Amino acid sequence: MDDTKDFGTPKKNSEKLVTLSIDGIDISVPEGSSLMRAASEAGISVPKLCATDSLDPFGSCRLCLVEIEGRRGYPASCTTPVAEGLKVSTQTPKLEDLRRGVMELYISDHPLDCLTCATNGDCELQDMAGAVGLRDVRYGYEGENHLDSAKDETNPYFTFDPSKCIVCSRCVRACEEVQGTYALTIDGRGFESKVSAGNKDFMDSECVSCGACVQACPTATLIEKSIVDHGTPDRSVTTTCAYCGVGCSFNAELQGDKVVRMTPNKDGGANHGHSCVKGRFAWGYTTHKDRITTPMIRKSIKDPWQQATWDEAINYAASEIKRIQKKYGFDSVGAISSSRCTNEETYLMQKIVRAGFGNNNIDTCARVCHSPTGYGLKQTIGESSGTQNFDSVMKSDVIVLIGANPTDGHPVFASQMKRRLREGAKLIVIDPREIDLVKNTPHVKADFHLKLKPGTNVAIINAIAHVIATEKLMDNEFIKSRCEDEAYNYWYDFVSEERNSPETLESETGVHPETIRRAARLFATGGNGAIYYGLGVTEHSQGSTMVMGIANLAMATGNIGREGVGINPLRGQNNVQGACDMGSFPHEFPGYRHVSDLSTRALFENAWDTKLYDEPGLRIPNMLDQAISGSFKAVYCEGEDIAQSDPDTQHVTNALESMECVIVQDLFLNETAMYAHVFFPGSSFLEKNGTFTNAERRISRVRKVMAPKNGYEDWEITAMLSKALGYPMNYKHASEIMDEIAMLTPTFKGVSFDKIDELGSIQWPCNDEHPQGTPTMHVDEFVRGKGKFFITEYIPTTERVNNKYPLILTTGRILAHYNVGAQTRRTDNINWHDEDQIEIHPHDANDRGIKEGDWVGINSRAGDTVLRVKITDRVQPGVVYTTFHHPVSGANVITTDNSDWATNCPEFKVTAVQVSKVSQPSEWQKNYKNFSEKQKEFVKEDSEKVM
Amino acid sequence: MKDNTLIAMANQIGAFFKSYPDKEQATKDIAGHLNKFWPPVMRKKIVEIITSENFKNDDLDQMVIKAIKKYLKH
Repeated sequence: MDDTKDFGTPKKNSEKLVTLSIDGIDISVPEGSSLMRAASEAGISVPKLCATDSLDPFGSCRLCLVEIEGRRGYPASCTTPVAEGLKVSTQTPKLEDLRRGVMELYISDHPLDCLTCATNGDCELQDMAGAVGLRDVRYGYEGENHLDSAKDETNPYFTFDPSKCIVCSRCVRACEEVQGTYALTIDGRGFESKVSAGNKDFMDSECVSCGACVQACPTATLIEKSIVDHGTPDRSVTTTCAYCGVGCSFNAELQGDKVVRMTPNKDGGANHGHSCVKGRFAWGYTTHKDRITTPMIRKSIKDPWQQATWDEAINYAASEIKRIQKKYGFDSVGAISSSRCTNEETYLMQKIVRAGFGNNNIDTCARVCHSPTGYGLKQTIGESSGTQNFDSVMKSDVIVLIGANPTDGHPVFASQMKRRLREGAKLIVIDPREIDLVKNTPHVKADFHLKLKPGTNVAIINAIAHVIATEKLMDNEFIKSRCEDEAYNYWYDFVSEERNSPETLESETGVHPETIRRAARLFATGGNGAIYYGLGVTEHSQGSTMVMGIANLAMATGNIGREGVGINPLRGQNNVQGACDMGSFPHEFPGYRHVSDLSTRALFENAWDTKLYDEPGLRIPNMLDQAISGSFKAVYCEGEDIAQSDPDTQHVTNALESMECVIVQDLFLNETAMYAHVFFPGSSFLEKNGTFTNAERRISRVRKVMAPKNGYEDWEITAMLSKALGYPMNYKHASEIMDEIAMLTPTFKGVSFDKIDELGSIQWPCNDEHPQGTPTMHVDEFVRGKGKFFITEYIPTTERVNNKYPLILTTGRILAHYNVGAQTRRTDNINWHDEDQIEIHPHDANDRGIKEGDWVGINSRAGDTVLRVKITDRVQPGVVYTTFHHPVSGANVITTDNSDWATNCPEFKVTAVQVSKVSQPSEWQKNYKNFSEKQKEFVKEDSEKVM
Repeated sequence: MKDNTLIAMANQIGAFFKSYPDKEQATKDIAGHLNKFWPPVMRKKIVEIITSENFKNDDLDQMVIKAIKKYLKH
């Protein structure tokens, strides 16, 4: 379907077809379709202004009138449904006259500045004036009008010019129906009617800058400032957003090789034409002045950087790796890839390690986020991935949201979830903090909020399971036919024990037993039950146990294997799923096959023409520990910033300082690069070809829309390094890497760039059995055959509060920023969040004499930092909360090295701390400031010298 | 890598598997987990720890010690 064509009203999915005649053309369309939609599908354009196919019909502009044989009047085609045998005329002398009259009224109160208007040539009002043949306005332009209305330019990304508004309500409806924020309204009546952001300017309003209103506006009323500044684009390339795990499809709109706008792709399988403030607007970092585009090398981190040619930098890095391996052993080097990299890049990263370095010391940032998902789901259901597509939520009856805050972290999917909740689905939130979906979202209210104490997830999931087991609410037929008997029996006996009852566990969880009982009953008996979860599940010492507990619950209630149900990990970064699929963990090849497996290893040895090591390699925390103990000496780090994103910052930086060669490949001199000896400048997502795989296993194309500013796509840099190491990789295009992945990975067997281009996107597994991909997994049987229940004993974390550290710190993220903020801090998103703050409950603040906006010291067993305070009852007494988007905040200076038992995923969500009023930054912050300023000077010195 | 870090990690792994009724299988599973996810350098180190003269038997869960002695891949 043509992404640019607007059919006027949404598509209907009825299987029953209705046949009618429009302007003499017979057409059959699904029952419930509008006449406007039917006409459009027949190739007939009915003039329209208030209608667009992303919104329900509204019938206000009166431009889309039609005549129907045998019916009186001139009904609006957008609000009139098709009926069998109708004969419709869209063009008659009377309709022409009516439409021209309507347009006259609109234009009589509209500035006639088309030639200098930013949307000249891209304006529906202008188009409609032409379509209806408007030639003059009988009323003149001198009457009462809105032409002097003041512009609102407070939003950094778009302007609101009410003088050009036709009050069609498309923006208001988009804010409601598409985004679900309800920030906009029509104020006043009749001539006084105007679009209002709650009588505030946009920046101070509830607006979340998702861009849905701008997208919907048919005039220049709401328009991107980039278009105002640069004019309309002349070409467009479809690509995939490089931010969160939703993986929205966008059209990068360009003038020459300059991006002037990113618009959400209507045909995007994950986003269906919607966007958030990050993907839609925050792409300016790709051309930010901080970006480094020339390779640099230095002997010591105390030295200034020296610019180098690519050959010099590559050869220096290769010689250092070889020297270090010769001196300290083959196992003394490793690499860290990132979920910000494409599949092709992460594949090459693990390949260079396994085939080039000759060991398996490859890890990825999923180590610190969703590694427990990979482990827990592989054990229970046989595949390390979510089971559904995003659209599945529209068939859910009960949504359980655990340790996730999708309105901030996964905003486009959150909009879809909110739509389903507004339709009546029930919501159970399990989170220590009152996220917006609990009761701060218009027309959404959680049925239950299990506001548990941080670190007690497993106790909660066991308590819920206890209720389901002891009240006999299981789906016994599903269990009997789909799951292993013995494992189920173990689990059943375990959860049925009184020690797992909500009453017994109340002292641990802090949640009233009856609330747990009622929530459990709702989930088990409320229809399709779907579980969505985030890092609040995984980043715990029992992260993997909790993932298994979630899988247990889904299996016990039969909520898996069809639409509307399932286990849905909400991945933080864009390619977490893909990075894991591509063999970025040290123990497994692409496709989650262990390095010790003979047949798999033989497959890769044959394809890669080299002997491969059969033992698991070091994980990131292992690498850091080994660096400090002196046996790990070099790391090649692409797209990942462990000095900011990993726990116990001082431990990380000590480890980096202990290495003899740190190679960083990135867009910016990130925190890790300050400890590097080689800097390979990276290419942005706009400058390379590849694929990302989102949280629903959807593989989407990343397309090169401009030449890399650094000279090479990232995969080419890895290939050059590999060649210098003596292991050539001879790819001419990223598509050839995907072809190799498909050849070696059963779940990707049918994937190719050509096929993705043909289908738009593909959800793996894509193979002979599922040539079009697999939206819903485990339909008839689990990937592992029978589902396996696991006993999930609750083991309290060792990170306990005491008199010295009486509060629990937990961390999260906010809408405007992405992960460590390296990208979003270099955009106007900084206007919404220019510093990380610590949230504290009023009681705890009062006990400590802390007032709103005070600077407070946060001390933990690992370190201390200072943040400004925000007092709120969103957090419960005894719990404080912060974000980690700004390096100077030092949020990870205070997090500890506690980690998940199975995967070493850090326990970011539980750190015992004390909070007290202070008057100056922490010692770490002072040292950091001096160190980072010096490191930035080292880059400037070199730039000045060379340029 | 510090001894106490490895001991803590091994104990965490043991704590998960020891809740299973079949203790011999649980012991195998502990070792299986270590074999699958711990690189040789860490496995070697944990063996060194439990065989050193300074090792206190109470530091490490007994089932973990048994798993290391009986099933760990050397």
